[in-house]
Amino acid sequence: MAIDFLYPQYEVVRNLDRCITCRACERQCANEAHRYDADFGCMVSDESRCVNCHRCVSLCPTRALKIVKTDHTFKENANWTGKAISEVYRQAGSGGVLLSSMGNPEPLPIYWDKILINASQVTNPPIDPLREPMETRTFLGKKPGRIARDAEGNLINNLSPQLQLNVPILFSAMSYGSISYNAHASLARAAAALGTYYNTGEGGLHQDFYPYGDHTIVQVASGRFGVFQKYLEAGAAIEIKMGQGAKPGIGGHLPGMKVGPDISKTRMIPEGTDAISPAPHHDIYSIEDLRQLVFSLKEATAYKKPVIVKIAAVHNVAAIASGIARSGADIIAIDGFRGGTGAAPTRIRDYVGIPIELALAAVDQRLRDEGIRDQVSVVIGGSVRNAADLLKAIALGADAVYIATAALLALGCHLCRTCQTGRCNWGIATQRPELVKRLNPEIGCTRLVHLVTAWDHELKEMMGGMGINSIEALRGNRLMLRGIGLTQKELDILGIRHAGE
Amino acid sequence: MLQKEGQVRIPSGCAISGIFQRDGSRIDGSHIISSIAAMHDRSNGLGGGFAGYGIYPEYKDFYAFHIFYDHQTARDTCEAFLKSHFDIVSLSKIPVRRHPRITDEPMIWRYFLAPRHAKLESSQLDEREFTARCVIRVNDQFDGAYIFSSGKNMGVFKASGFPEDVGEYYRLEEYSAYSWTAHGRYPTNTPGWWGGAHPFALLDTTVVHNGEISSYDANRRFIEMFGYHCNLLTDTEVITYIIDYLNRRVGLTLEEIAHVIAAPFWSTIEGKPEKERETFTYLRNAFSSLCITGPFSVLVGFEGGLMALNDRLKLRSMVVGEKGKRVYIASEECAIRVIAPSLDRVWSPRGGEPVLVGLEEGGKQNGH
Amino acid sequence: MKRVYVNEKWCLGCHLCEYYCAFANSGKSDMVKALKDHKIAPRIKIEERDTISFAVSCRHCEEPLCVKGCISGALRIWQGAVHINSDQCVGCGTCILCCPYGALSRTEQGAVQKCELCQKNEFGQPLCVQGCPNKAIVYEER
Repeated sequence: MAIDFLYPQYEVVRNLDRCITCRACERQCANEAHRYDADFGCMVSDESRCVNCHRCVSLCPTRALKIVKTDHTFKENANWTGKAISEVYRQAGSGGVLLSSMGNPEPLPIYWDKILINASQVTNPPIDPLREPMETRTFLGKKPGRIARDAEGNLINNLSPQLQLNVPILFSAMSYGSISYNAHASLARAAAALGTYYNTGEGGLHQDFYPYGDHTIVQVASGRFGVFQKYLEAGAAIEIKMGQGAKPGIGGHLPGMKVGPDISKTRMIPEGTDAISPAPHHDIYSIEDLRQLVFSLKEATAYKKPVIVKIAAVHNVAAIASGIARSGADIIAIDGFRGGTGAAPTRIRDYVGIPIELALAAVDQRLRDEGIRDQVSVVIGGSVRNAADLLKAIALGADAVYIATAALLALGCHLCRTCQTGRCNWGIATQRPELVKRLNPEIGCTRLVHLVTAWDHELKEMMGGMGINSIEALRGNRLMLRGIGLTQKELDILGIRHAGE
Repeated sequence: MLQKEGQVRIPSGCAISGIFQRDGSRIDGSHIISSIAAMHDRSNGLGGGFAGYGIYPEYKDFYAFHIFYDHQTARDTCEAFLKSHFDIVSLSKIPVRRHPRITDEPMIWRYFLAPRHAKLESSQLDEREFTARCVIRVNDQFDGAYIFSSGKNMGVFKASGFPEDVGEYYRLEEYSAYSWTAHGRYPTNTPGWWGGAHPFALLDTTVVHNGEISSYDANRRFIEMFGYHCNLLTDTEVITYIIDYLNRRVGLTLEEIAHVIAAPFWSTIEGKPEKERETFTYLRNAFSSLCITGPFSVLVGFEGGLMALNDRLKLRSMVVGEKGKRVYIASEECAIRVIAPSLDRVWSPRGGEPVLVGLEEGGKQNGH
Repeated sequence: MKRVYVNEKWCLGCHLCEYYCAFANSGKSDMVKALKDHKIAPRIKIEERDTISFAVSCRHCEEPLCVKGCISGALRIWQGAVHINSDQCVGCGTCILCCPYGALSRTEQGAVQKCELCQKNEFGQPLCVQGCPNKAIVYEER
């Protein structure tokens, strides 16, 4: 219907003076935005199909392509923006829930950008990471808080199972199904090479990746997809997913069209069926139930593996975290409202949950107020975009961070936010074999290793600048942070002073 | 308006010195004053202090509280509190000598006391924990009262001023101790508050410290989980609490504590034999939030011993000298040579490597 | 010796290698100038059917049949790679018939052309390898 027509948001601009008609753009666009017109003897494009993923732009050998924002406009209206109007049209046409993917793109405050970092001058020397040891190795897991000695008086190792991280960065949960086999292969290999961990997400563990088990966190979500004894035993740690930052309060949803033979086998569900995780775990309606699941999983794995409980950052996150810390969990993972997803209802993605910076500050302080900060490690995600965010997170109190969107970007993702279509031109959020093969794990692994190594270098540079040479001395060191342009309330929640104070 | 210690964090550089007599025989305070005076330029007149062990043999079974009072009301409230929690066997002003460069003095009182049996019983705490909590409570909650020394048979003497002046002011030549530590302060801000001077003490643990630790807030926010209140916002305070916590509450030895707070680098740990590697890894992991980074040299005094420790990179100077039964430790060698020109041995301990000295058997039998 | 190897598993069939090859051997400094409105005749070619594709170029065999078959001596081995001297080539096409890979082809000028690992052009390294977006073509020692 004419009324449903929406002018495309982006336009493909082709410089015909540069185009050599190699047709790489046409071959590489799974959305079929480009085609060769034999009558005109040149390439033409249909911008209504373009999702602005830049695959064609990146591969064009003569740089003949660019994508621009359209200047087509509704009558200017600060309240009824073009976006707001278009969404009404779409819903009036479809009667459905608006779906989006990846993280929240709305212009809500990014507290990372309002926090500044300290450096040493005069009274305390900066340390040069090129010349002195600079340590970013960290351990996740419960600390005993007391010691035990044998008959000779030697210390006995009374630590619960720990995860050793050579860098304070882990790859966050992304299921096989939501991302491709090759994306998982890249993450698994990179985690092993870096001495850290990747996370299976809720889709089970493909049999090919069992050899990477020592660097794998296996997730148990409300759908229990792919969960069985061998799976639990395969991982270095087990994560119970209670919630996800992009969509607190709802479960994952993998459309049947993505459930091919391999995914069907890994998830243990029939081919072609929708994999819909329930919103709650139906065996967890309260905190005491969570404790039972934590210990069920520990029983199942002979108390050899730390258990992580992952929650979305919601309003009373501090109280929830306190409950989790007392549930027997070894690690709490908190996912902020900017966390990514393969598909989520737009309204939930954009307006449910709170920023991770505030959630982290509140949780860390609450656990300290209750004297139980050492009983759990805190890992945060959603979204950590660079080494400065990473450093600020640790100084606010995190033990380590989860990255997922940044990892996908390293693999080629251009944040076009159309994962839900399953036609990812970069071979990441797709199950179509011809697209999946576009992500060569050899390249993917190298790029992930590069990214994390680069961040680790930057982290060390900044730590050295502030005279800190071990990551544990940065953790919770909020005196190293100052706020800029924040209200007193925001500063109080973050537990930092304003710049100049 | 300038903020005082506790309202703002003040980084400072410093001088430290210590003398320890292994056989337990006692040395009067003039030596340590001469030693710290040699490093005059490392202080700026805004804080100096001393700790002596074995100075109150006649009251050795009682806690000796040294308290600053800003005003009479503070004294009244504090004494009321002390009376309700302790039996006070003696109380007096600490004798001082008027000194032209020591000004703005508070009231300085000394109490010898023992926890009241009934209070101690009902608290279900051991005697030391009970006493420590009372000290922390006064310092945290009683405006104008500050307990700056609280151990048995030992005492801290400190003030705003150059350390040699502080020593004269407190008439330290009249006290004899088997272990002395001293501190001259160079704060980069000027509150001139007496309580901010070193040594910092809790029970018989005293710390003098030179440096500015960059891990301060990480350490502070962690240690405060265990009932400590870091009111002064100084490094020394947090180091004292960490040592008190790890030693008295967790039960680690001082050497183990050194491996926690100046944890060896992972690369060093990996090169150790298996047993040591396991222990070091355990200590570093289990107490990771108590690792201290940034420059420091500290002298930790305690009943019967003294520990010297540098940060992992040795970013602060510290020299140890030995002559017979006597051990000297100071920021600069000159501070040792000035009182002991010929030494049997002088060396610079490596970063993170603790130097522990203790009383010999005979010294202990001397009743200290 | 380093050779160009092709991994069918990662070939996307984008054909970019062909264009980079054509550009590399065009003698021009700009790809647009070299290839705009030209029908390219690259020395590497994508073979494809259905979902399978891979690039084919000279294998630089240790005992090359093309060199054995060359009647004019235009083809010879130089520094381990098979090279052609187009001035010497008489265009008989024997080599094209001999090569089991179909790696040789005729130029518009009548002589034969083949992959020379970009050793003779300004790039010095095979440009198809650099241009491949998915490491489906690699230049390495095996």
